[in-house]
Amino acid sequence: MDLTSLTIDTARSAVQERKTTAFAVAEAYYARIQKEDGQIGAFLTLSKERALEQADRIDRMATEGKILPPLGGVPVAIKDVMSTRGVRTTAGSKILSKYIPPYDCTAVARLEAAGAVVLGKTNCDEFAMGSSNENSGFHPVRNPRDLNRVPGGSSGGSAAAVASDMAVVALGSDTGGSIRQPASFCGVVGLMPTYGRVSRYGLIAFASSLDHIGPLAKTVKDAAIVLRTIAGRDAMDSTSADVPVPDYVAELDKPVRGLKLGVAREYFGEGLDGEVRQAVEAAIEKLKGLGCEIVPVSLPHTPYAIPTYYLVATAEASSNLARYDGVRYSHRANGVKTLSEMYRRSRDEGFGAEVKRRIMLGTYALSAGYYDAYYLKAQKVRTLLTRDFEEAFRKVDAIVTPTSPTAAFRLGEKANDPLAMYLADIYTVTADLAGLPGISVPCGETKEKLPIGLQILGKHFDEATILRVAHAYEQAQRSAP
Amino acid sequence: MKVTEKDVAYVADLANLELRAEERAGMVRDLNSILDYIGMLNELDTSDIPPMAQVSDRYGVDESKQGSERFSYASREDVLEGLRKSLPQEVALENAPDSDGTFFRVPKVIDR
Repeated sequence: MDLTSLTIDTARSAVQERKTTAFAVAEAYYARIQKEDGQIGAFLTLSKERALEQADRIDRMATEGKILPPLGGVPVAIKDVMSTRGVRTTAGSKILSKYIPPYDCTAVARLEAAGAVVLGKTNCDEFAMGSSNENSGFHPVRNPRDLNRVPGGSSGGSAAAVASDMAVVALGSDTGGSIRQPASFCGVVGLMPTYGRVSRYGLIAFASSLDHIGPLAKTVKDAAIVLRTIAGRDAMDSTSADVPVPDYVAELDKPVRGLKLGVAREYFGEGLDGEVRQAVEAAIEKLKGLGCEIVPVSLPHTPYAIPTYYLVATAEASSNLARYDGVRYSHRANGVKTLSEMYRRSRDEGFGAEVKRRIMLGTYALSAGYYDAYYLKAQKVRTLLTRDFEEAFRKVDAIVTPTSPTAAFRLGEKANDPLAMYLADIYTVTADLAGLPGISVPCGETKEKLPIGLQILGKHFDEATILRVAHAYEQAQRSAP
Repeated sequence: MKVTEKDVAYVADLANLELRAEERAGMVRDLNSILDYIGMLNELDTSDIPPMAQVSDRYGVDESKQGSERFSYASREDVLEGLRKSLPQEVALENAPDSDGTFFRVPKVIDR
């Protein structure tokens, strides 16, 4: 079975038409994981029993001649920040190394209800905090294109799994770029939906005003199918929006001619790698050739996005991570004599360096005497950043930028410099702060054959337009590379 | 230097983190470097700018409504069993590092 060319539709049709079985497809993926993942490290836990049970269910449907649901028999991977009933869920942290959730994340449940076969849980930076996957509490993930390079983060395991055909599609989460940046580094499509579009019930919280769940896929169409499946109001998450979900797949083939695409010079300044710039500018030319109108826009507060993000995200994280206390489900240190000592030693042993750094920064920013200077200030600048986008979107339908200032960097290159690592998210954090949807689609390679990503940002709840632009670009790129 | 070793010890205490001596020195260095960078926010005059705590009160809601009315779709009657049953006691205790089958068990809270 050639897994490299499988998409959601081809995998499902093969099972539907009984050219193969969902069971055989799942087994083929497990064989590939067995062969490849030793050197890549994309998976933390395999859920073989659950996967094969689901495959059996799908095969029975196919045998009975029933129409399979949209993801019937399609093998998927789930970032290990999403709870899976009965399947270990660690968030990439030693503090949860033995945690078995008693319930399913809504996004996972919706995928399974649509027939998907959950192969396993993918590696990530601890609590999704990182841009390289080197902060995993277990082991780093390596970029399938070049094993000496990082896959990006924090959804690096999900991106690497899709890029190396160890899953057809995967779910990731994005708080500051954690879906789009690894998608760009690994050469796959990554979509962060609008804030509120996809329920976060069962997502292990990092920063609640910024966390999003979304797909990583080989094609824009697959990303659209997954989004259509997981999007929409969920009574279990009060922050999930009550906004109708369009048929993203049907919208894909609408023409892009006449769409206005904004280009902001703030995303093409200092720090942008020359080869990335060239590839993104060529992609913009291609979109112009497809009939899109390119319109200069200004997003003047962009340089303030990273500092704003690192205050808002760490403040929220310091609160969210207080629950890991060694009492109910997280690691407890041995030989502790008092409750207070138990909290401290359990957290000291369970959390890695970056998580501690962010808890410290967030606690500091919220502490008495500093709240106004740091946290409140950041919230006000967040308003300014959002207004920039509101202004720009009065003139354009979408905004095109590079996803990341560079292609994948080497393992260890930024590991000892937290600030340099934070700057890897410079073009992605803005959409998280403003709650906008964004997609990264591959747009070429560097001379060293490393993938480059084009980012397309859209208006709130207008994923349809950015998917359409990304799809049109992808099709044009394929027919004339 | 904005943050001293004493500040780090104080914040670690607030966050229930036990930092070892060598971790503490690294933390002083990292926090100062990050806070120096964050200092650039002071270039902006934000005195008339309202803070933005969340996205969801601005987008995807009925803007003709005010305040919590905007989220009326997310509320429900206060009933005994809401959206799902609570976890059975034994399931809720399954992941606990220590329990007696009825309660979570923790070390002594107060020394007498």
